[in-house]
Amino acid sequence: MRPFGYERAESAVAAARRAADTGATFIGGGTNLVDLMKLGVMTPERLVDVSRLPNRDIADADDGGLAIGAAATNTALANDPRVRERFRVLSLALLSGATPQIRNKATVGGNLLQRTRCPYFYEVGLPCNKRAPGSGCGARFGRSRDAAVLGTSEHCIAAHPSDMAVAMVALDARLGVRGGDGDLRWLDVDALHRLPGDRPDREHDLAPGDLIETVRLPPPPPGRHVYTKVRDRASYAFALVSVAVVLAVEDGVVTSARVALGGVAPKPWRARAVEAALTGARATWRAFCAAAEAELAPARGHGDNDFKIPLARRAIAGTLAEAAGIAPEVPTGGRRATP
Amino acid sequence: MSDAEARAERLAVTFTVNGVEKTVETLPMKRLLDVLREDLALTGTKEGCGEGECGACSVFVDGRLVNSCLIPALQVEGSRVDTIEGLARGGELHAVQRAFLEAGGAQCGICTPGMVLAAVDVLRKHPNPTDEQVREGLAGNLCRCTGYMKIFDSVMTAALAIASRDGEGAA
Ligand SMILES: Cc1cc2nc3c(=O)[nH]c(=O)nc-3n(C[C@H](O)[C@H](O)[C@H](O)COP(=O)(O)OP(=O)(O)OC[C@H]3O[C@@H](n4cnc5c(N)ncnc54)[C@H](O)[C@@H]3O)c2cc1C
Ligand code: FES
Ligand code: FES
Repeated sequence: MRPFGYERAESAVAAARRAADTGATFIGGGTNLVDLMKLGVMTPERLVDVSRLPNRDIADADDGGLAIGAAATNTALANDPRVRERFRVLSLALLSGATPQIRNKATVGGNLLQRTRCPYFYEVGLPCNKRAPGSGCGARFGRSRDAAVLGTSEHCIAAHPSDMAVAMVALDARLGVRGGDGDLRWLDVDALHRLPGDRPDREHDLAPGDLIETVRLPPPPPGRHVYTKVRDRASYAFALVSVAVVLAVEDGVVTSARVALGGVAPKPWRARAVEAALTGARATWRAFCAAAEAELAPARGHGDNDFKIPLARRAIAGTLAEAAGIAPEVPTGGRRATP
Repeated sequence: MSDAEARAERLAVTFTVNGVEKTVETLPMKRLLDVLREDLALTGTKEGCGEGECGACSVFVDGRLVNSCLIPALQVEGSRVDTIEGLARGGELHAVQRAFLEAGGAQCGICTPGMVLAAVDVLRKHPNPTDEQVREGLAGNLCRCTGYMKIFDSVMTAALAIASRDGEGAA
């Protein structure tokens, strides 16, 4: 690992200012950053430790939602009784991810900004436009099993790996971002990550020094929460495809649908085509399949990951069926995340 | 030592290891795992993968089970670190350690320190655990030798031993 300067910030304002002034990188739990530093994929000169900032509480918000300090651990968030009961899809997503040890250390802010697991990004000897702009995308014509099928560009097909962020997108979370100037501004979680386009190295819209300080969940949408994660093995593999659903059905008609996907896109993917197709529609297996079909219509595989397109369709329809309490008409495959 | 390492400033970090306060001068990029093994000669904590996948390097930091291979040593300033070496008390093995011996939960031993600490963590949270709770609690620890069944048996054996000991203590 390269040598680095290290300091611990006393407050969010001080951390943001310090990082803006010195170009330092934040370290939360370090579970992603330390690994990438060891491999030489990330090479920060200085670190500002934000894992022990006071913003680690989880508290009721005035509007009936929840205010989550970005330094809260993944374990604390997953096990919070309010999250387990009212924002259940978030708890399910968190507990489906990583290992107990990693969740004990990983923070909410770090989870949102964890980097892709694309093997070309991880291996400094290989081409990767995200890590080394202009070097090419190795995955497009190479090993693409983990890569995205939606929202990609000719410059990058890497998928975003987070489970937590998928649930947060479905729940319309908003991020409180502390800038280097000390001001706090608000950003929809769906607007945090960018699509790769011709700048896959620019993954999000935060400026240097911008610290994710809090996450606000508005009051939960009505309906049943289900998180499905399809992966190569039952314990701590990243999602090939994941689906977060909060679905309300009254008298056989969908009254509210929140759906987001993981493993299939360069960012946590809000499945707006599914939501649009279902809201006001009858909750039938056929409708769920048609909605999934609409979402995946623009999808494009790259060889190794072609299987993700039919897999995502089945996972979406199966998860909706589970939330609606109706029987799917084909086996959906995959393993349900259980609490 | 590379040039860059030679130029890097050494920094002091003070933390408690198995109840004893220690101060170590370390290069900023050293991991807690390296400091434990190299500076403090606590080689019970093992390195398997170095990437957070195998759990061989598990230790408690402030009571939470974490992977010491992913922690910059400087991050534990002021923390309480508990390693496998601190588990036995006064020459007496911990009930979980005894159970691993009795039930054959250890073979080559590389995963064992981390596995034992993960088992201790499970039993602190669930003194009377279900199979599911044991499996979930040990999901971050890989073993290449045992096939896991004897490890699960060891945890259950330890749970019974602790329950009967505590029962006697209460009686
Ligand atoms: C073996 C293993 C298995 C895993 N499996 C899964 C899985 O199945 N599903 C899943 O979702 N994840 C998985 N993960 C990833 C894990 O969730 C992330 O490593 C973790 O959430 C990152 O959080 P952290 O606090 O440790 O981040 P760090 O490593 O500290 O930081 C990550 C990035 O975020 C930035 N950052 C941190 N905090 C802030 C902040 N407050 N504001 C702005 N920037 C910030 C850092 O600068 C860095 O770039 C796995 C990881 C490992 C090692
Ligand atoms: S060595 Fe730390 S998890 Fe494998
Ligand atoms: S006993 Fe050898 S790895 Fe577990």
